[in-house]
Amino acid sequence: MIATVTTVLIIAGSYVYFQSLIRTRMMISTTTSLYETGLLNATKQAFEAKYPIDLAFLAVGTGQAILQAQGGNVDVLLVHSPSNETQFLQGGDGVCRKIIAYNFFTIVGPSSDPAGIIGSTVTDALKKIVDYGRNRTGRIWVSRGDGSGTHTKEKSLWAKANFTYTQISTEPWYASSAQGMSQTLNMANEFGAYTLSDTGTYWKLSKDGTVSLVAFITETKDLLNVYSVMAVNQTKHPSVNLTKAITFIRYLISDEGQQLIDNYGKDEYGQSLFHSTVQLLKQNATLQIVQWIKDYAFIKEGNESYECPPQYRDSRYPDLYS
Amino acid sequence: MLDDLILSFSVDPRIVEITLRSLFVSGSAALIAALWGIPIATIIATKNFHGKFLIKTIFNSLIGIPTVALGFLLFLTFSRENGPLGFLHLLYTPTAVIIGEAILITPIIVSMAVTAIEAVDPEIANLAMTLGASEAQASFAVLKEALGGIFLAGIASFNRAIGELGIAQFVGGFIFGQTELLTTGIWIELQLGNPETSIALMIILLSMVFTINLALNTIQRMRGKEWKPLLNLET
Repeated sequence: MIATVTTVLIIAGSYVYFQSLIRTRMMISTTTSLYETGLLNATKQAFEAKYPIDLAFLAVGTGQAILQAQGGNVDVLLVHSPSNETQFLQGGDGVCRKIIAYNFFTIVGPSSDPAGIIGSTVTDALKKIVDYGRNRTGRIWVSRGDGSGTHTKEKSLWAKANFTYTQISTEPWYASSAQGMSQTLNMANEFGAYTLSDTGTYWKLSKDGTVSLVAFITETKDLLNVYSVMAVNQTKHPSVNLTKAITFIRYLISDEGQQLIDNYGKDEYGQSLFHSTVQLLKQNATLQIVQWIKDYAFIKEGNESYECPPQYRDSRYPDLYS
Repeated sequence: MLDDLILSFSVDPRIVEITLRSLFVSGSAALIAALWGIPIATIIATKNFHGKFLIKTIFNSLIGIPTVALGFLLFLTFSRENGPLGFLHLLYTPTAVIIGEAILITPIIVSMAVTAIEAVDPEIANLAMTLGASEAQASFAVLKEALGGIFLAGIASFNRAIGELGIAQFVGGFIFGQTELLTTGIWIELQLGNPETSIALMIILLSMVFTINLALNTIQRMRGKEWKPLLNLET
């Protein structure tokens, strides 16, 4: 009897205590590549200094991040896989998508470049890696293998180079880490293997001296990496706090938020890990990079393509798209 | 390296915060498990009933439940929309971890406490009864005898709770400043490129677990030598 009452009291007490701590909390499921660079914790500090909202990041692969959003466990989704994002919006789970940043993926490998991919196109490089791998023993390629945005990108690159992903992923030279980007880079570093990484995480680990891999191919259209934010649809998932979500999205696309993205890592790594997109997309329609972003990350709706097709916008927040 | 380590101990206030949170979560879990585990153990140890052996076997086998399986089950239970307890909004909070760890360590407490209580001379209960004690009072007399063993059970289960990763990861996540615990902290800080913080957290965790184990062993040996006779003298 006493035991029951005390148990209930302790659980209820800690529940009330922690709920009071997290009442102002907003959950964001996001990709490891954004989180591991430290950008999100920098954003968290700046954002929380301005607004009475605590940001709680759940850093997982894009695939898992989307599952969490579809289960209504989070309020905001912050990922980098346009094809998955399109499905997410079409499924009615998301609203108010905004493209907030871009950088590039890069194919990295041991400095000796055993497969000789330096100077190749992405397609040729992958062919060379496969040729090299099939004629050697040992792991030559490490994949995220976790359904993340980077993994999705990798699959599309294999398809573009005319390889069947399901086939090559079972070959002995191909290793799947099923972990975050840092762990995957560490693994490639250990194996002396190649891998596909986002530049943000790669630069961070490279400058830290954690990995000695060299970036061989980067900044081509095939390797574009675009990050977007969207709110989970409150109509479908009533527990979502849309007002907080919109506050956060507004902050990310504000001049302050965009500058934070542009400047992050400049001091520490000597170059930006991410580039802002909001002003770019508004003004410089003729720039090549703008065209690339539109081709890659915009969602096609009839003859038009949009950052967020009108039916997935929320009429209460027209300022997001003005 | 060592300098970095000392620096991270002294500079990163989050290490203290994470350690305290971990202590609080595992401590609460151990307390809760003791509160419901000890009465269960008393009943199992002192009463004779049909299926007693089966229940004891079940608790004994549950000691080995993989934390990742329990964590996943709790994740499904607490999921906001599809979980039966989703309406409580407990997912990714320390409270969820407390509940999960309390469930995890209940079999440890129950099994160890049953053993401790059964080791008490059954004559004590009879003696108390003949001296006019009620059944409940007689149970307390037995519990008092088994106190040392029950205490050990509590400490052992605290040890298990503070060192487990599966539940903390599944229902706690590793949310910066909110649900980061010693075990999940070691993992996520490494991902974030703060290996010094990971190492500091690991050292704290290992020192705690080793100290507790050492104390446990010492107490057990002391009991073997002098505690038990002392307790016997009291009755």
